[in-house]
Amino acid sequence: MTSQIPRLRMTGVKKRFGATVALAGVDLTVAPGEVLALVGENGAGKSTLMKVLSGAHKPDEGQMWLDGEPYAPAHPLEARRRGVAMIYQELALAPHLSVTENILLGLEPTFGPILRKSEMRRRAADALAQLGRPDISPDAIVSDLSIARRQLVEIARAVAVGCRVLVLDEPTSSLAQSDIVHLFNLVRRLKSGGLATIYISHFLDEVKEISDRFTVLRDGRSVGEGESATAPVKKIIALMVGRDVEDLYPRGERKAGEAVLDISHLAGQSKPSDASLTLHRGEVLGIAGLVGAGRTELLRCIFGLDPVRRGKIRVELFEGPATPAARWRQGAGMISEDRKTEGLALGLSIADNLTMTKMRRLVNPRRQRAESRRWISRLGIRCRNPGQPVGDLSGGNQQKVAIARLLHHDVDVLLLDEPTRGIDVGSKAQIYQVIDELAQSGKAVLMVSSYLPELLGVCDRIAVMYKGVLGSAAAVADTNEHQIMFQATGATETV
Amino acid sequence: MQQSPPLEQPGSPRWRISFGWLNQIGPVLGLLAIFALFAFLRPKTFLRVDNLQIMLLQTTVYATAALGATVIIISGGIDLSVGSNIAMCTVVIAKLLLMNVSPAMSALVGIGASMACGLAIGLLVTLLDLSPFIVTLGMWGAIRGAAKWIADETDVDAPRTWINSLMHQLRPDQQWMIFPVGVWLMFVLTLLVSAILHYTRFGRHVFAIGSNEQTARLCGVRVKPTKLGIYLFAGFFAGVAGVLHFSRLTIGDATSANGYELNIIAAVVIGGTSLIGGQGGVFGTLVGALIMTVVANGCTKVGLSNSLQEIVTGGIIILAVALDRFRHWRRA
Repeated sequence: MTSQIPRLRMTGVKKRFGATVALAGVDLTVAPGEVLALVGENGAGKSTLMKVLSGAHKPDEGQMWLDGEPYAPAHPLEARRRGVAMIYQELALAPHLSVTENILLGLEPTFGPILRKSEMRRRAADALAQLGRPDISPDAIVSDLSIARRQLVEIARAVAVGCRVLVLDEPTSSLAQSDIVHLFNLVRRLKSGGLATIYISHFLDEVKEISDRFTVLRDGRSVGEGESATAPVKKIIALMVGRDVEDLYPRGERKAGEAVLDISHLAGQSKPSDASLTLHRGEVLGIAGLVGAGRTELLRCIFGLDPVRRGKIRVELFEGPATPAARWRQGAGMISEDRKTEGLALGLSIADNLTMTKMRRLVNPRRQRAESRRWISRLGIRCRNPGQPVGDLSGGNQQKVAIARLLHHDVDVLLLDEPTRGIDVGSKAQIYQVIDELAQSGKAVLMVSSYLPELLGVCDRIAVMYKGVLGSAAAVADTNEHQIMFQATGATETV
Repeated sequence: MQQSPPLEQPGSPRWRISFGWLNQIGPVLGLLAIFALFAFLRPKTFLRVDNLQIMLLQTTVYATAALGATVIIISGGIDLSVGSNIAMCTVVIAKLLLMNVSPAMSALVGIGASMACGLAIGLLVTLLDLSPFIVTLGMWGAIRGAAKWIADETDVDAPRTWINSLMHQLRPDQQWMIFPVGVWLMFVLTLLVSAILHYTRFGRHVFAIGSNEQTARLCGVRVKPTKLGIYLFAGFFAGVAGVLHFSRLTIGDATSANGYELNIIAAVVIGGTSLIGGQGGVFGTLVGALIMTVVANGCTKVGLSNSLQEIVTGGIIILAVALDRFRHWRRA
């Protein structure tokens, strides 16, 4: 295989967004008839890399070749024309149209202005037959199909345009076990037909099963590769997490006190399916896990944003589920992982965002501004004045406003969902400082993060969530990144 | 392949500041410009004191109902049924007056009926989780129908009472009042709503829900009760507008105030309140309502035909919405 021209080759691909380096130099090759697994932690740069490959982003530096010819797609359509097809986690199908119409969307054969319906149907049936799935009717309406079948329709669409590189982004995240077996069979079938496949996944057992080789991405860089079948899982994980723990994490004198949050066998609508934990005053408890493991949903259930199906919750003295309004009154507050669509009202002022949870019946704007100024100076929020819309601020400063809301309300229990996502290092350090001070003053913090060094640096105990189930919490001293990644990826091999 | 890092965009903060300022003052400048134009074209007729009073009287019904509509629109909602609601209110008042109920009681019951409609809208929006557009589109027809049914499909002639003096041009011996009582009422209510929007928790929550409902929920705002309150609140202003409308009509007319809902929404939007929600205010709405009246009145005085007037008014509404879009497009 080495003598062949690679189907796709990328060298030194770099991409920067403002001050953030998303890709710091990625090298990658896939041969025809090969399945390459692309692995890396959340935020390692996988999605940016895929966007570069699909023409959605232009790389700042680096080169790409497709079958030995330079490949620099200016837009996604060109990438499709050159035969690079992406199957995203969120499927991109028109649900009201038929399977045929979806497969040939944008490529409909016509006679003058008139669609050649029978030709369309034939081509769609061909594509489905190529996938070994003639059982899917070309006339079915997509919204009537299961998720697994919709995914097949999307793959058929890629095959119908004669794709040369197929990229599957976390294709099993919403599939049942039996569908995964079918998908793997299909990938093997396409592979024997000479297709090059890039398979992105968190699940290392899948990676070992389906891929020939793997490339590890970390901090926007390709840091290693190898043969999937022979490489020990331990080695892959070491490549994924191996980075320096910066000296960012202050840790003062913390004394664990009484339990202020107690949940047992909590289950939400779909996730979490079983979560139990106890959080004490003066303690920071971290929840690790992969995207989609159900960590966010756990916090939302506790805070009353998502419905609780069963299980017990106790916040301070209050038993049972409650609305967010009640939670604030009980002395609990939450930071949303999604700052823009939920965490903050971007069009409203800093003062309104900061004091929204704790407004009196009559609002005194002068006092509201004075209180806001106190937090602005305390947290070093960079802004013109408290009346400025939050949307004008940088990400780090926005997040500080979200945290200041909890501080202003003076809550005892803090639920923090990805509190440092997408913000600069300076703001991160400041937020870690605040969290430590809160723990020292006897507040209880429950924190979800996808960034393991951060959890290990900030927390006293860490529990790992895998597919909706929360494991038992371990003291930070008794665990490490490797062990957490093992639990988070559901790897069966022991350390 | 090599690319230099993106350049800083020069001068963008300056733009932002000047436009932010224009947002606030823009509608007022527009009103002054339009007013000056007609004053220049027809100084003899347009600028007469009684014409100015007529324009204010014409604005009052719209502007009063638009106070409630502004609150709804700031919260991200819409009310298409307000015209029907005003008409129904006039019918209720006329019917009660015919039954020898006291004028004050009749007016209060009329306002109560309008508030009941607001409550019904609020319940449908919150309990059934329907979009306000659909709910109020349905209520637009339903309330109009109810009004006709109450009126037995005819105009309801009512005895003259003091209610009719609320909106009538002042007699020479009343000139010390400057404006009729209804106009004063509109001004006072505008101040009141502005104060409610800025100095009460309810008002701040209205902005929060309109700006980002999810954030409001996260922050413990009781979104549904607040929305219910908003539609009830707007129902009150539709009712007061109904009383003022009745004062001018002197009869209960189930077919009147037709199309007012669109003029009211137009006044709100021209006044700078965003249809997306989250920002706006009632002073702008008052200015917006005045712009609508001045344009209509001025066009008549200049001698433009009715059809041309409607085209001009439509153009102004589209222009205002385009400006609204432009403001948001810059923000994004």
